[in-house]
Amino acid sequence: MYRYDSYDQSIVDARVEEFRDQVQRRLAGALTEDQFKPLRLMNGLYLQLHAYMLRVAIPYGTLSGKQMRKLGEIAAKYDKGYGHFTTRQNLQYNWIKLADAPDILAELATVEMHAIQTSGNCIRNISSDQYAGVSADEVTDPRPWAELLRQWSTFHPEFTYLPRKFKICVIANEEDRAAMRLHDIGLKLVLRDGQIGAEVYAGGGMGRTPMVAPQIRDFVPEEEIVSYLEACLRVYNRYGRRDNKYKARIKILVHELGVEEYKRQVEEEYAHMRELGLNPPTEELDRIRPFFAGPAYETGLSDDLDRSDPAFALWVDRQVAAHKQPGYAIVNISLKPRGGIPGDASAEQIALVADLAERYSLDELRVTHAQNLVLPHVKKADLHAIWQKLDEAGLAEANLDLITDIIACPGLDYCSLANARSIPLAQKLSERFAAADRQKELGELKVKISGCINACGHHHAGHIGVLGVDRKGVENFQLSLGGSGAEDASVGQITGPGFSEDGVVDAIEKVTNLYLAEREEGERFLDTYRRLGMKPFKEAIYG
Amino acid sequence: MKILTGNDLGTGDVIWWAGDGWSRQVGDSVDVGDKGDELARAEEAALRVVGAYVIDATVTEEGVRPAHIKDRIRALGPTVRPDLTLKPNDADAGNWVI
Amino acid sequence: MVEFLSFREGDAGQEPAVTVESFTGQSNSTAVRIEAGEDARELLPFLDRLSLVEVNFPAYGDGRGYSAARILREAGYQGELRAVGDVLVDQLVAMRRCGFDSFRPDKALDDAAVERALNRYADVYQKTVDGRRPVWAKRHPETANG
Repeated sequence: MYRYDSYDQSIVDARVEEFRDQVQRRLAGALTEDQFKPLRLMNGLYLQLHAYMLRVAIPYGTLSGKQMRKLGEIAAKYDKGYGHFTTRQNLQYNWIKLADAPDILAELATVEMHAIQTSGNCIRNISSDQYAGVSADEVTDPRPWAELLRQWSTFHPEFTYLPRKFKICVIANEEDRAAMRLHDIGLKLVLRDGQIGAEVYAGGGMGRTPMVAPQIRDFVPEEEIVSYLEACLRVYNRYGRRDNKYKARIKILVHELGVEEYKRQVEEEYAHMRELGLNPPTEELDRIRPFFAGPAYETGLSDDLDRSDPAFALWVDRQVAAHKQPGYAIVNISLKPRGGIPGDASAEQIALVADLAERYSLDELRVTHAQNLVLPHVKKADLHAIWQKLDEAGLAEANLDLITDIIACPGLDYCSLANARSIPLAQKLSERFAAADRQKELGELKVKISGCINACGHHHAGHIGVLGVDRKGVENFQLSLGGSGAEDASVGQITGPGFSEDGVVDAIEKVTNLYLAEREEGERFLDTYRRLGMKPFKEAIYG
Repeated sequence: MKILTGNDLGTGDVIWWAGDGWSRQVGDSVDVGDKGDELARAEEAALRVVGAYVIDATVTEEGVRPAHIKDRIRALGPTVRPDLTLKPNDADAGNWVI
Repeated sequence: MVEFLSFREGDAGQEPAVTVESFTGQSNSTAVRIEAGEDARELLPFLDRLSLVEVNFPAYGDGRGYSAARILREAGYQGELRAVGDVLVDQLVAMRRCGFDSFRPDKALDDAAVERALNRYADVYQKTVDGRRPVWAKRHPETANG
């Protein structure tokens, strides 16, 4: 894992003091809310439905046991005993007092964490693959580049007042677990003629105009990624629309200019940027890379597992993924218990997972965009002990990528932008499809729920997506089918008229029944939908 | 009726204008008539509230009821965490917002 | 309170700045004002005779002027580069980093807040046009870019 040096630490510490100063000016009345708002947003502090909300960055989804423990301590000390893991690999506290916010940031700084640029029209937390560094088939661990870009994007002087927020994702796998092509810029690291570089995708995103990012370059050498991104961002900063916030994301610019014209402008700017010496030297990447080198794995471990306990075996089959190192495994921890709130974890649960990371996972864990947690380096011999401890804490649900592994934004229960509640719907679906054999029968089925058009719940990318809308003051839910955030990224299509909360649960059941009746050998729900098209599903729902 | 709501500047708590000050209970709200915006500006300037705005509400048998579901959820708390609402012991409290 | 802030030696440019259109169209003017959305590169052929470029920020959140400033400095412009309009104290550092060396905000700035803002960060992560050595250069002083 990356560790701050004195430069990184001093920058984060200075940020804490700057924000302390800003908060004091606000509480003393020297700053109006209009003046304070952009400042607090740059530190991830929102005024939400019930209180202030603080969004903490978990850069590229990696953290240590100590960092996780701190997140739990903050939840217990300053919040109401829990936190919410988001689809952006961040953690949100829902009940923060303004005067406490600087102290919280100061506590985070003691474990090399921050809330910098977790909101605002700037470059946000860099996201990545939760299996980075541990999956056998990656080209390289993408996190050194993600860390390089974290530093480059922190307080970038030219790109802090962009037309709109800007999300960057870095992966290094054919299999996309991070929804890379639904980011403003997605980088996929590849190997060409023995050299690492990036395929670049630009203009993806969700919101009210969902788009899958087209490729704008097939290879940028690794040492020039910074100057290429400077070029991408400069063209966007200069020409992205500022007249309408709903048309201000880079996807609209790329769409309106056309991919070829955007590419041309970026190439022109890139040619100029390359002359300016903006790229950190390769020695900097060489400095960062060893932080992410594989930890000290034991060798000669057995891959055997005692599967005599059926509940344990079920959990292993669902939650455990192959690790590149023999004798080790990747453990996925579900934050989607039956009837629970997707992504919420109590202070006690957070503390437990911190303990497990330290004791069993070489002091490392990950958070995923699907609002789950990962212990990336677990000895297979320890799986049973971990499972027991998770089970005691209500964290042993075996539903990874199944119909109850639902992504849901906070919705109208917490969010002032929302039009409808997402969580109660997720809970009803979780109950309706609770039977383990039924979930297994349905197989991989990604359900994603957003409480408004901003699409924080990634509904466009759900095999089954639900969008909550406000119909004359009453919550109403639109169903969509056929989206994907993976390497086969696509945007879902709306089925037709919307439903009540119970109505959409029934409709989803009809859709899954049709899938079970019509699927061919080996087909996931998404595959069957793509083969059959919308028509039969529509008939099953409305017919 | 028109009522005035916002958040406490320091704590962020949802608050309602009760005539002589702010209350955490929507039931204490008073009709602000056409004085809401003026009150909001004055109270914001006095650092007692942030993000104040006027909403429609009615008086029912159960007390003051904001017209929009969003403000009813603000008045109660998150419906998915009854323990954290203003009515933690009322199992049906969540139905009030619908 | 600070109504005008300059980091240049000598007097600030006094000549009224003309629009980009009138500047490039004719004129022997030496001062020009760029509005948000105008292309700073139109000025590049004339850098030698320019002594003042004003870049207007119509709203603090409109960040186009940061790119305009950096483009001019990258092209070698040495004259005064002034940020005007909705310029807030919390933006001074980023503006300095993009090459602005004078400021005339719509609303005067608090002296103490200016002082604090300018001295807040000892280190920066990016190379820009202000000559500050980024953190990576300090970490690797022996390398070409360092």
